[in-house]
Amino acid sequence: MRYSGFKVFTEGLFGNKGWKTAWRTPAPKAEYDAVIIGGGGHGLSTAYYLAKNHGLRNIAVLEKGYLGGGNVGRNTTIVRANYFLPGNTEFYSHSMKLWEGLEATLNYNVMHSQRGLINLFHSDGQRDAFARRGNMMINQGDDAVLLDREGVRELLPYLDFDNTRFPIYGGLLHPRGGTARHDAVAWGYARGADQLGVDLIQNCEVTGIDIEGGRVVGVQTTRGPIKAKKVGMVAAGRSGQVAAMAGMRLPVESHILQAFVTEGLKPVIDHVISFGMGHFYMSQSDKGGLVFGGDLDFYASYAARGNLPMVEHVMEAGMTLMPMIGRAKVLRSWGGIMDMTPDGSPIIDKTHIDGLYVDCGWNYGGFKAVPASGWCMAHLMATNNPHEYARRFRLDRFRTGQLLDEEGTGSQHNLH
Amino acid sequence: MRIPCPLCGTRDRREFHYYGSDDYLNRPAPDAPIEAWDDHLHLRDNPAGETRDLWYHETGCAQWLRVHRNTVTHEVYGAELVAGLKGGVK
Repeated sequence: MRYSGFKVFTEGLFGNKGWKTAWRTPAPKAEYDAVIIGGGGHGLSTAYYLAKNHGLRNIAVLEKGYLGGGNVGRNTTIVRANYFLPGNTEFYSHSMKLWEGLEATLNYNVMHSQRGLINLFHSDGQRDAFARRGNMMINQGDDAVLLDREGVRELLPYLDFDNTRFPIYGGLLHPRGGTARHDAVAWGYARGADQLGVDLIQNCEVTGIDIEGGRVVGVQTTRGPIKAKKVGMVAAGRSGQVAAMAGMRLPVESHILQAFVTEGLKPVIDHVISFGMGHFYMSQSDKGGLVFGGDLDFYASYAARGNLPMVEHVMEAGMTLMPMIGRAKVLRSWGGIMDMTPDGSPIIDKTHIDGLYVDCGWNYGGFKAVPASGWCMAHLMATNNPHEYARRFRLDRFRTGQLLDEEGTGSQHNLH
Repeated sequence: MRIPCPLCGTRDRREFHYYGSDDYLNRPAPDAPIEAWDDHLHLRDNPAGETRDLWYHETGCAQWLRVHRNTVTHEVYGAELVAGLKGGVK
């Protein structure tokens, strides 16, 4: 079924009785050409592009819970392409281009809103760093505008510009940055993949990876064994457990990252804003809730909920930056399980086992990467060669020293 | 989360600085192969469940602790002084 404004109108006239389920609920087959472990954003987009770009049809996505029930439904929905390092910058630039055509490609409203992202700076040194980053973004073909204090004031008059400790010197505006509806991205890719014949199998946990003679031959699941010529591990925060089934240790430690949303308010924050002196970022959803987040809780955790110290820290940072939000009531908070790597950059690579591939280590930048991650992982699984935009996301780069430490914070999992 | 420091008693998590897995205690010899160093610095078991990791009692006794806790429930089972561990860990 093709979605359109006309369809919405006519369905409205006839009691909305004509809508059909967006994807099938197939039973697992005995054998697939490719199996993706993990039905989140990255797994679904990988399956979609495997089918669409590479013509594979006999594909399954195995999800232990429900589709999009992990981090793709638990983030602050920010989409941006403001990376600095070669290796990252072309990848996120490609992702942004895919985002810009995503709704037309998928025939699905992912509510992609390029409302502009502003990273604030609070010192001369930070201004220099952002000017350099902006130049890098422009060189990559993306957009960046260095705003001075008055330029920021014009867009964001409500900030505390004269804060004694952290006065605002200016900001780097990334006009094509913005947000998207997170669940819709998972659903859109799921529907698109299903229409191309991909079997989306929910409530199907992988319990073992079958390897014979150094080659993957299938997986064991709670719904029986499934043979597969190729297996992609796309399990985000649970990547460590999945890889352990193949006898691998990953350069990944799972950490908790909290996010928050307030009660619905009238439109007040038109952009995505990030604080330069504390880890704090905020946007306003179409429902009116202020959506914001901060830093990791800093210790390894799978709890999908955080602790109070980071809640306090995030609220303090928010109040420092924009005191006007102090009267808004927080409605909900939640935690996502982040697969943190020692340099803060992801992994899309083969493993030492033939036919077994891994896509993980998205730290807390996974949402905006969903389209390009699937694109590049599909390329890797189909051709057995890394995609040119993801060729530096190597699994062994920590051993070889080819790190991609975007923030320059050092080789420790929780520092990124 | 509260951590039972052997010297100071049970204290709020805010007093502690998290470092990482207790893999950091098993430091390879300087001439060990690069794989051993990769294992030590980067690769992790990353358990969902019981774990042992290193915390520094920053605003307390300034001792390094090895904390035995659960990454799924945030339950803390106990803590011991790293200084009291002899001759490697695992």
